[in-house]
Amino acid sequence: MTPEEIYKNLSDKFGDSILGLDTELAGDASINITPSAIAEVCQYLSENGSLAFDSLMCLSGLDLGVKEEEFSVVYHLYAMQHRHSVVLKTSVPKTDPHLPTVAHIWKTADWHEREAYDLYGIVFEGHADLRRILLPDDWEGYPLRKDYKEPDFYRGMRVPY
Amino acid sequence: METTQQTESKMIELKPFTDEMVVNMGPQHPSTHGVLRLELRLDGEVVREAIPHIGYLHRCFEKHSENLSYPQIIPFTDRMDYVAAMNQNWGFCLAVEKLMAADEKKDFAVPERAEYLRVLICELNRIASHLLSFGTYGMDLGAFTPFLYAFRDRERLLLLFEKVCGARLTYNYIRIGGVSEIIPMEPGSIDEQDFLDEIEGFLDYFEPKIDEYNDLLTSNSIFSERTMGVAVMSAEMALSYGATGPNLRGSGVDWDLRRDEPYSIYDRFDYEVPVAKDIPELGAVVGDCWSRYKVRMDEMRQSVCIVRQILAEGLPDGPVMADMKAVRPPKGEIYFRSEAPRGELGFYIVSDGTPKPVRVKGRSPCFSALSALQELSRGLMVADIIAIIGSIDIVMGEVDR
Repeated sequence: MTPEEIYKNLSDKFGDSILGLDTELAGDASINITPSAIAEVCQYLSENGSLAFDSLMCLSGLDLGVKEEEFSVVYHLYAMQHRHSVVLKTSVPKTDPHLPTVAHIWKTADWHEREAYDLYGIVFEGHADLRRILLPDDWEGYPLRKDYKEPDFYRGMRVPY
Repeated sequence: METTQQTESKMIELKPFTDEMVVNMGPQHPSTHGVLRLELRLDGEVVREAIPHIGYLHRCFEKHSENLSYPQIIPFTDRMDYVAAMNQNWGFCLAVEKLMAADEKKDFAVPERAEYLRVLICELNRIASHLLSFGTYGMDLGAFTPFLYAFRDRERLLLLFEKVCGARLTYNYIRIGGVSEIIPMEPGSIDEQDFLDEIEGFLDYFEPKIDEYNDLLTSNSIFSERTMGVAVMSAEMALSYGATGPNLRGSGVDWDLRRDEPYSIYDRFDYEVPVAKDIPELGAVVGDCWSRYKVRMDEMRQSVCIVRQILAEGLPDGPVMADMKAVRPPKGEIYFRSEAPRGELGFYIVSDGTPKPVRVKGRSPCFSALSALQELSRGLMVADIIAIIGSIDIVMGEVDR
């Protein structure tokens, strides 16, 4: 199925939760979804026979700039059986970034969500073990945010080099 | 008196559990292939839970990338999977090239000669990577000799890579739009013939050696005992965890990006995709450690087969770099995945039309494969943990990025 067909299928099923199909920019087209509906949409995408998205290739956090008011979370899905892929995108406010987890649908999401939490501070509600994964537990701040300033010292070690 | 004693001994029989013991395995441990720390919660010798702690090699190359131009990011990708650096370079370059090709205003294509050189060198790199995996896996499980055999033969490949790009580790050869030309090699010249002859010489030497490796380790009874039927990863589990490459094929899923979503010029070659099968007479089960290992051994033969086809055809004439002024992808985003030796290597790149990316995310195959370790190791013995780590073949540089 093409992204357009998948978009239409999702719009028919979920209505207002599907915000639009973004095809203007070069590269992959993405379907925008409200954050609160992401888990239901993913559940549907993985279980519906004609969609059957059985693998989550990649889950990434995204911060487009200091002036933006929202973080995005991007889901790259693939269906081995039908050999089609789709990109889902959802935006959460920077002041209170939280959205439901999809780790119960694809286990890949478990560590990838932990990574997004670690580097962006995006909270995935319902995640069984949401803690830092790449950085030490006592690290302060979220490095991949565009307004991040690295600390001068970490446990007495100089950080900037 | 006697009765009490009997009851007591019976109690011991019925409750043979010891207290939970927590053992830290790593980060400095020869069998964790780098700096992986496992928090093992043990019941005697049985693993209740093995919790991986990663991040010891974290450099946050994604943050670095946001402040660098696209060509400057390539050396960072070398340091992801440092035993298959050229494949990592290639994965990143493919993603950037695909985004650049999406720009309608510019006509952009990688020259034929560069495509052939890329496949040639990346398949050799795949062999080198699998050799390391084979050698260290043997050593993890107590067989020291295969390690020496593997490194002896890998050395010849390293000399080749050194000739091509000047480095023995973090080989950096592939550029956006082509390949680098550190040794000037005119099409059809003696240099080129020497280079191809040397590769052919290596292949002639190497191909019979694969049988030797199989005699040494694959059919070794101690090795089989420790790997066959251990830590079976079902196809569903592999897909759900995002295990890819040899790990996925080891679980019986017939899937290879080179064949199923051909990129570059892989659709021009004839080769097989090794997939694990049940072998009841030996005791191997699809998805066990041995199957994952065996897929890698068989893949080396297929890489030899691809390289031989290139040698038979000869390198096409022409330039090795695309004609372009600057690397400046249009505003947009791309996710591109390629088949690295350890599985599906994806790069998610967001560009705002400037020479620097807004976001680069490396989807590392080892990161996803390692996340399955906790579930795989539950209820097994401590010694099996070593067998599992070796069989999923992780490189920590790529896990931690």
